[in-house]
Amino acid sequence: MNLWLIMIAAGVITYGLRLIFILLVGDREIPDDIKTGLYFVPPTVLTAIILPEVLFSGDKLQLNFGNFRLIASIIAVFVAWKTKSPILTVAAGMIILWVLQALFI
Amino acid sequence: MRPQFPEFISGLKAVLPILIGVIPFGMIYGVLALDAGMLPVQAQAMSSIVFAGSSQFIATQLIGGSVIGIVIVLTIVIVNLRHLLYSASIAPYFKNLSKTKKVFLAYFLTDEAYAVAIAHFRSLDREQSHQKQAKNNSEHLIIRSKYKYYYYLGAGFGLWSIWQISTAAGIYLGAIIPESWSLDFTLALTLIALVVPTFEDRASLIAALVAGLISVFAFTMPYKIGLLVAAFVGITAGVFLKKRL
Repeated sequence: MNLWLIMIAAGVITYGLRLIFILLVGDREIPDDIKTGLYFVPPTVLTAIILPEVLFSGDKLQLNFGNFRLIASIIAVFVAWKTKSPILTVAAGMIILWVLQALFI
Repeated sequence: MRPQFPEFISGLKAVLPILIGVIPFGMIYGVLALDAGMLPVQAQAMSSIVFAGSSQFIATQLIGGSVIGIVIVLTIVIVNLRHLLYSASIAPYFKNLSKTKKVFLAYFLTDEAYAVAIAHFRSLDREQSHQKQAKNNSEHLIIRSKYKYYYYLGAGFGLWSIWQISTAAGIYLGAIIPESWSLDFTLALTLIALVVPTFEDRASLIAALVAGLISVFAFTMPYKIGLLVAAFVGITAGVFLKKRL
């Protein structure tokens, strides 16, 4: 599919998600089960993206200490948990990766 | 001065501290989009057409990995599903507005604009109920409440502008930063920063681990549908756990 088409389709649907209740609803509520489901969207989707991104190099699983991105990610999780700061999390992870690359490559 | 103006400015001021954090995200997105092979004009257009940070990040990853289009669209939609919650939650505050205004305002409904606006709307609610109890109806509060959507618009427009500008800065930088800096890793790190605070209870953590493990095992599945399968099973596990725990 053409990249423009992908963008427009994704954009129109995303806009629809933003609009639908504002347009249709006075004060109708989302059913509880759907609300619970939506509550789990961010943790599950993001984790499902992050883990393979960090654990795979190309098509190969790299579950070892030679995987610098894995080490930097573990430290980043700790920093995110302690500081709740996105900027510090990204900075810590990048610095660890750069140091490991400088030392061992 | 028209009464809408101070409301707009208040909303803009309220979102300012958040904007400082948004700038690096926009720039990283711009860098990653070029990395993935998007044209500068496409990278910039996506920031207005989709206008949802984390889904744009993920899109760059899938576009770079030559995934089929329908899976990219579905993945973006899943990541953006949470906007339904914001839409339902903010709808009562916009219910007296015209259709045209609703259609326009909905475009600006992002995580940040929602968070800032809903806090303000709820505090207006509280002030109004206090005044009702005191039988003291201030003209000023009625006007502020009538034009409160300008507050939301101030926050939303501030965010939109900064998102466009920081995307452009990232696109510019992306063209000059060498690959050896491993800046693509900022994608995983940014998502880590976003996901860790969502582990609010045991159910979210377990649901996330289920989704994560499935997506690792399903990583070599065709068309990258592993992510969609993982999200679906993880969410189902979460709903199940929430009922049990």
